[in-house]
Amino acid sequence: MPTVGVKRDLLFKALGKTYTDEEFDELCFEFGLELDEITSEREIISREQGDSKASGASDVILYKIDVPANRYDLLCLEGLVRGLQVFKNKLEAPRYRRVSPVSGEPQKLFITKETAAVRPHAVAAVLRNITFTQERYDSFIELQDKLHQNICRKRSLVAIGTHDLDTISGPFTYTAKPPGDISFKPLNQTKEYTATQLMSLYKTDSHLKHYLHIIEDEPVYPIIYDSNGIVLSMPPIINGDHSKITLKTKNVFVECTATDLTKAKIVLDMMVTMFSEYCSQPFTVEEAEVVYPDGKTCKYPELAYRKEKLSSEFINRKVGINESTEKIAELLTKMCLRSQATGVGDEIEVEIPPTRSDVIHACDIMEDAAMAYGFNNVPQTTPRTYTVANQFPLNKLTELLRQDLAAAGFTEALNFALCSEEDVADKLGKKISETRAVHISNPKTAEFQVARTTLLPGLLKTIASNRKMPLPLKLFEISDVVLKDETKDVGARNSRRFCAVYYNKSPGFEVIHGLLDRTMELLEVKSARGDGYHIQAAEDSTFFPGRCAEIFARGKSVGRLGVLHPDVINRFELTMPCSALEMDIEPFLGHTAETPLTHDVPMQEVIKHKFPTQGESSQAPSSRPTSTKTAFGDVSTAAGLKSLNDFLADKSYIEGFAASQADMAIFDAIPSAPCSTFCHLMRWYNHMKSFQRERASLPSAKSQFVLQATANDAGDDDDIDLFGSDDEAESAEADRIKEQRLAEYAAKKSKKPALVAKSSILLDVKPWDDETNMAELEQRVRSVSMDGLLWGQSKLVPVGYGIKKLQIGCVVEDEKVGTDLLEEAITAFEDYVQSVDVAAFNKI
Amino acid sequence: MADAGVAETLLRRIEKADGGVDSLDVASSLGLDHQVVVGAVKSLQALGDLISAEQRSSKHWELSEEGTEIAEQGSHEARVFGSIPLDGLAQSELMKLSFGKIGFSKAMSNKWIRLDKTHEGGPRIFRTVESIQDQEKNCVAEMLLTVKSYWITKGPSFSTTITKQETELTPDMIANGSWKEKKFKPYNFEAMGVAPDCGHLHPLMKVRTQFRQIFLEMGFSEMPTNNFIESSFWNFDSLFQPQQHPARDAHDTFFLSDPALAHEFPQDYLERVKKVHSEGGFGSQGYKYDWKIEEAQKNILRTHTTAVSARMLYKLAQQEKFTPVKYFSIDRVFRNETLDATHLAEFHQIEGVVADYGLTLGDLIGILYQFFTKLGITKLRFKPAYNPYTEPSMEVFSYHEGLQKWVEVGNSGVFRPEMLLPMGLPEDVSVIAWGLSLERPTMIKYGINNIRELVGHKVNLQMVYDSPMCRLES
Repeated sequence: MPTVGVKRDLLFKALGKTYTDEEFDELCFEFGLELDEITSEREIISREQGDSKASGASDVILYKIDVPANRYDLLCLEGLVRGLQVFKNKLEAPRYRRVSPVSGEPQKLFITKETAAVRPHAVAAVLRNITFTQERYDSFIELQDKLHQNICRKRSLVAIGTHDLDTISGPFTYTAKPPGDISFKPLNQTKEYTATQLMSLYKTDSHLKHYLHIIEDEPVYPIIYDSNGIVLSMPPIINGDHSKITLKTKNVFVECTATDLTKAKIVLDMMVTMFSEYCSQPFTVEEAEVVYPDGKTCKYPELAYRKEKLSSEFINRKVGINESTEKIAELLTKMCLRSQATGVGDEIEVEIPPTRSDVIHACDIMEDAAMAYGFNNVPQTTPRTYTVANQFPLNKLTELLRQDLAAAGFTEALNFALCSEEDVADKLGKKISETRAVHISNPKTAEFQVARTTLLPGLLKTIASNRKMPLPLKLFEISDVVLKDETKDVGARNSRRFCAVYYNKSPGFEVIHGLLDRTMELLEVKSARGDGYHIQAAEDSTFFPGRCAEIFARGKSVGRLGVLHPDVINRFELTMPCSALEMDIEPFLGHTAETPLTHDVPMQEVIKHKFPTQGESSQAPSSRPTSTKTAFGDVSTAAGLKSLNDFLADKSYIEGFAASQADMAIFDAIPSAPCSTFCHLMRWYNHMKSFQRERASLPSAKSQFVLQATANDAGDDDDIDLFGSDDEAESAEADRIKEQRLAEYAAKKSKKPALVAKSSILLDVKPWDDETNMAELEQRVRSVSMDGLLWGQSKLVPVGYGIKKLQIGCVVEDEKVGTDLLEEAITAFEDYVQSVDVAAFNKI
Repeated sequence: MADAGVAETLLRRIEKADGGVDSLDVASSLGLDHQVVVGAVKSLQALGDLISAEQRSSKHWELSEEGTEIAEQGSHEARVFGSIPLDGLAQSELMKLSFGKIGFSKAMSNKWIRLDKTHEGGPRIFRTVESIQDQEKNCVAEMLLTVKSYWITKGPSFSTTITKQETELTPDMIANGSWKEKKFKPYNFEAMGVAPDCGHLHPLMKVRTQFRQIFLEMGFSEMPTNNFIESSFWNFDSLFQPQQHPARDAHDTFFLSDPALAHEFPQDYLERVKKVHSEGGFGSQGYKYDWKIEEAQKNILRTHTTAVSARMLYKLAQQEKFTPVKYFSIDRVFRNETLDATHLAEFHQIEGVVADYGLTLGDLIGILYQFFTKLGITKLRFKPAYNPYTEPSMEVFSYHEGLQKWVEVGNSGVFRPEMLLPMGLPEDVSVIAWGLSLERPTMIKYGINNIRELVGHKVNLQMVYDSPMCRLES
């Protein structure tokens, strides 16, 4: 928000009233301004440069006033005073008029075609018979600077040049030339420089160096000459010294060059409306003519008044007040929007002056009415919007889990989502290319190079900052990391993670493992393979070799836990062993009763709204085939989608290596966008969606993948007969392809080395009585044979009174043989066996 | 237990003595080291009011260590004299003796000995007299000693038998009833208890939980804000924020280099957004500039959660029939700003949105009062402000009793028609919204001045451990 500094006494003199600081603050507040600071030149200098420099400075009280970013008409004392006086009904808003010169032709500015390459637009105007004082002059310069900093976007969109018209003579030429061909004496310099020299001269100028980049690399620089070849300015960098305005200047030539014509017109309007107050004919501006390369001419400044009609009912309804049409017209007039009731119903005609470029819609007029009414006078009402609240399921789960993790003795940390590449890669013993991290192009420091891909570095850094705290340190965080994901419209997505660390004199793997068990208990996932969760050894460079396990839940890998690698501990400036756990929690969301919301938006609009002047819709949606039966099965069923998903796991397209009608046919057959569990299908589906515009031009399919819906077509005998043979052959072909593909897939799947979980079991078999033949007993036990069971060594162990028990080992595959099964089989030898106990059970 | 014996003996002495005994006297009469008696006094004191002991100090003269040596072995000079045989002694030999140096000069001045410097084999010392009178031996040095002792008298519950006090109630005592006879050592209620072994929630997250609670109480549904990466289209363009707006500068926004661009947009909607920016429409003059898709495609770290609100409102407009909604979110947003004590590159934004037919500015004011009242803030006032996507826009100020002035607590407004109509929302639907940061109320609540002490890895865990629960109404 721009801040305007005005001298207090000057302001009060212009307002015709003296306010206390509080009163003026109150006035500002009502008008949407903010009295930011009360200071003086001396105070500012002494604060910025030290007391010694401030000794000679002025003690005049300055008000620093914050102005809304769209109110360019309030950026100088003149505008502020005018706005406030009208607001307080002490002044009627002036009418700004463009006038022709009293005698002779208007000033002309010719734009040559060379400017098109660098800065194509220019507008101009003349302030005739103006009277400057030191204050007015300062304000005039200050306003140019404020406009340059704000609407002109640091001169890149618009640059203003003001000149003493009596030192130059029109017509003027706005052209562009190679920098070497430009030579002039710039403002406040004593000799001539070429443009090239100027660019290097201003490299060190604290003020001007910020603008050099706008034209620096252009082959030609913009330049304005008068009829005698005198340089007025080299926009957007510097004016010529020759035409500079002084306190004695009577006639001012204002030019604005721009890359954005709309903004150039606004800027010119602002300059001349603000300072025409000091012309001999106040609020009149002498026109100037701009001649374009094609010979077209335009008169500036535009000073356009626009009329809008709206109803007082509209304003009452939007604001929530109930005022008469006349009263609302009065309110708007206070805001420099001259308004009157037209007499037609409750219609009001509002005139928007050239100073109010911020008013672009009826809602802007409504806001001004509300401001004039006073926001704080608007009666409070309660919306009757009836809604039932839903939590975002992922956040609900997060909240619940956080509470219980704290109850489990872990303390919550809160770390930044942004970090350095090193944090998520090198320090964890990984390569940045492996991380799927999104990269920031304009980080100010290394702390903001990437979005984190793991929560672990943040927790380790938290520990490093808290090494003086008593051990053990037990920390956790549940928050989002960001990963690249090409299936998303933006190419990346968040992933909600749970991370915990245990830092102590011993690694405490069992603590972290226990926390995992507790977490799973909270999430109602049992410790079991298949449908439950289990952990199994894994390789990970972040962890100490042999001390890392992967967490599987319902058959899917969800994260890792283990003891951190000593190198990782060192790189985070830690000294103690540390174990850690990090896992995704999104797989545990389950099915919530609440409406699942997502920020994914529909890419195709199904509902056609009536939009004003909406162009012809780009393309009629292609008619979908009624059949959902494809070579991959019925794609309206999950099974069909799954087989299609499997097929696409290693293929980009249905056929060959480019999109074809085969892709389109399958695409159309799928009734709705697939859910994200079919990630390969999803990727393909989104890719195909991008071809919808050029689908007609895609090559035709070699095979038919979509099958006729036989049930629906049963009645259409003729059609079937007509194409019967073809269909049969093609469907047979399709079936063959399908089977072949499925077979390929199955073969591929079977080639994967299946990791079979095994356990070693030691059984104690107690004989029926002291006369039981132990050799026979053993024989019987060994006779038990099952798939996945392998008997091992055995021995007889005395139990007392001369009785011995058989201790026998075996190795079983967990999924095939359970201990219950074994016990049952052995106790079946009732004559020999009294009982069977598991003496030891170890996972291999 | 020797000490217990001493203590009991001491008690008996006290019983007999009138007015009390001095610990020093007791020690000397019992032939014990004084410290042993002092120990007994201390342990009796610990048992309660058995005795009362008052510390006193007495001063007396005693031979110093040197004095004791002289009293026993004679003065240094006498010992020098005594150690010199008749045929003399080499000076170097004499100096080796402990008393040699001191005794030599005194013996010389007493003229008991003489030094022959010219003696062959080095200077040699000879006796000059037959015998000496050692005066010194009878007047040796004494020094002043301060002795601290106790004056012990009977206490209010004096007894000559010592009952050992129990420290804690045990299961055995409960079982056999012995607790009835036992005396228990009094607790020191001045001491702090043992801190419970537990985890702690982060203060900022505690405040977040309360804000969620408030929104849920008010019937607001939570928006899915788990997308930090956003396209400029949804973050700015869809909100009618022009492409030259300063907020879209690299100075204020984090742009992405990988993935640099977003590729997928609802095409029909994008065309309408382009039109309203560049040409106007929907009752608007537009900004009248050359709108570029390339600018809209640029991926950024979202600068506000309003980007998600835009997505949600667009989705709402795609429904067959409009239904009123109340949405909220509290999540991270990112600004490439200059960092200081109160500004970080990322912070949490709290946002509330209501979309319904015919909402008014009065409704917005009313709902802001309801919301802030739940935070314990009841004095509000509203200042006109500017925001590219709301009109009217209001800054919310509350009166801060501590600072005795109005402070800004949030921003609010009614979304512009140029934002809502291209989405396809019905013309008579208004959307009101407000936002504030989560960090600021948390810093005020927990009295934290530097935001880095609250968020990020530099947090002091002790602060997390010690932070009270979050009750916003107080």
